[in-house]
Amino acid sequence: MDKTLTTNKKRNMILNIAAIAVLIGMITFLQFNSADYTYQISTLERACCYMVVAVSMNLLTGFTGLFSLGQAGFMAIGAYVTAILTIPVESRPSVYYVDGISPVIANLEVPFFVALLIGGLAAAVIAALIGIPVLRLKSDYLAIATLGFSEIIRALISAPQFNRITNGSFGLKNIPGFPNLYVFFGIVALCIVLMVLLINSSYGRAFKAIREDEIAAQSMGINLFHYKELSFVISSFFTGVGGGLLAMFMRSIDSKTFQVALTYDILLIVVLGGIGSVTGSVLGSLLIIFGREWLRFFDEPLTVAGVNVPLFRTGFRMVVFSVLLMVVVLYYRRGLMGTTEFSWDGLFGWFKKLPSRFGKRTDRKKEDTK
Amino acid sequence: MNTTLFLQQCLTGISLGGAYALIAIGYTLVYGILRLINFAHGDIFMMAGYFMIFAMAVFPWYVSIPIVLIATVILGVLIERTAYKPLRSAPRMSVMISAIGVSYLLQNLATYLFTALPKGYPEIPILKKIYNFGGISASLVTFLTPVITIVLVFLLLQLIGHTKVGMAMRAVSKDYETAQLMGIRIDRTISFTFAVGSLLAGVGSILYFTDRMTVFPFSGSLPGLKCFVAAVIGGIGSIPGAVVGGFILGIGETVLVAMGYSTFSDAFTFILLIIMLLIRPTGIFGEKVTDKV
Repeated sequence: MDKTLTTNKKRNMILNIAAIAVLIGMITFLQFNSADYTYQISTLERACCYMVVAVSMNLLTGFTGLFSLGQAGFMAIGAYVTAILTIPVESRPSVYYVDGISPVIANLEVPFFVALLIGGLAAAVIAALIGIPVLRLKSDYLAIATLGFSEIIRALISAPQFNRITNGSFGLKNIPGFPNLYVFFGIVALCIVLMVLLINSSYGRAFKAIREDEIAAQSMGINLFHYKELSFVISSFFTGVGGGLLAMFMRSIDSKTFQVALTYDILLIVVLGGIGSVTGSVLGSLLIIFGREWLRFFDEPLTVAGVNVPLFRTGFRMVVFSVLLMVVVLYYRRGLMGTTEFSWDGLFGWFKKLPSRFGKRTDRKKEDTK
Repeated sequence: MNTTLFLQQCLTGISLGGAYALIAIGYTLVYGILRLINFAHGDIFMMAGYFMIFAMAVFPWYVSIPIVLIATVILGVLIERTAYKPLRSAPRMSVMISAIGVSYLLQNLATYLFTALPKGYPEIPILKKIYNFGGISASLVTFLTPVITIVLVFLLLQLIGHTKVGMAMRAVSKDYETAQLMGIRIDRTISFTFAVGSLLAGVGSILYFTDRMTVFPFSGSLPGLKCFVAAVIGGIGSIPGAVVGGFILGIGETVLVAMGYSTFSDAFTFILLIIMLLIRPTGIFGEKVTDKV
């Protein structure tokens, strides 16, 4: 028994190192052939931006049990702060061509990683303030209050009164991108690793206790408000960073980027991946963002044997996509990963069980109901 | 601002509030029974707008209106049957996510079927006729909306208070399982609730879009959220509360637009929501709930 355990451990470590090496190899390959793979790289980058936000939402929804729908708002804060701080000073007059730029921010330019950090901190500070009243609310009230907050942020950003800071409804452009892919993927990986470390710490265990039963957690001596606020603030910080990454990826943003639909996209990623699984969110964001691109052929007119199939035209892709998501929500409520994390043992175990999945149907039924 | 103009704005506000109230009732009824924020309700309202466009293309208005209402009711019940019924025993969060999924599906479906461009809403000539009352001039629909709202709410209260179905609805919303033990057919009652909610959303949609002239796939999402806020402000689960909340929002929003702060009118709704949740989370007419371990 012991022996198999240690050999498994050794095998897992080797596999981990191999996986990381493959990832770095892939990034290096993409970096040097970036001209040939622009489409793939941009899809991957978008997926990674969503990934950071999805994991941070999972931290809140899946691990602390707080159902918040304010992601788009916090992303907007992070994105606008990052954009305002990184747009090169010399190109600012052309960005703020309508009303000019407020003198306070006219000459403020910082390196992008500092800007991302400040963007995240801004989102965290606002989350701390809004969290004091809002976190007293229970499940769906919390959802609707945070959703409302996100709409307020969007209304403020697009308000003409703030034209000299956010450029109102005209949006911000000329946001510098990333120097190279390593930096981008490095930041994404760092964010996710930090969140995983948090989830595995004693704080994470307190979060999970709150998720399982608030009253029981409280009687175990967990300060509910303190931990809820902490989870909310940290989640918002990473959501802000994710928003900043998205701004740098898109190069130009406006208030329409951060509509409620964005929050719903993130939510659907989290649901598909499994509420309460970080690896699930990672897989979910890759699947959903790439899935959308793969399903693009639904938008093209399709001709089979000379007959034009009438269903295939613009917009059909999103219909198919939303039907798929409804199927997941209704029949595979646990999502891809449920609350379990990806592990090599789990993967090999799954492969071992695979034949029985197709063999006896009755066995499988029993397993599913468990 | 002189008196006439002020009254004119008030009338616009009350009219908008009436339409909001009708939609808010749909949220309040469903929440009362299933404890579910029916995110798809705003999109049902949007689909009713499209139904009207297509019905009016073929039939005169007095035939179209019943067709639209029936189609909206069918849509509402269909959504309940396919998306919410399988999740009866699931955690509340799953049902809410399913509702968000339905809303997403309806928006994408509308974009696909009717394109994302705004479509002109058909004019019902009688409703658009301008009337003059002591210096206040407005189309008939503006005068009619609050009246229709009050009449429908009165009928609904009668239905809930004095009929067998109404009693079943009250029983299910009080205690789901006991109601079932008492021989109430839960599924039928819930479907009926969705039918009533969708019917009111259909009426609200006709009144709302006649004033706004265009429908597009996302035209239901923001009014939908606002009407939910109206229901929360009034006290969720309470029908008079939803009506009062609808009028408060409608009037408040119109006043802000009249003062020139139209960009903040959406934010106003949600600021009101957050303030309300802080002061009195159960709303104006809501009952106090105590948590039991």
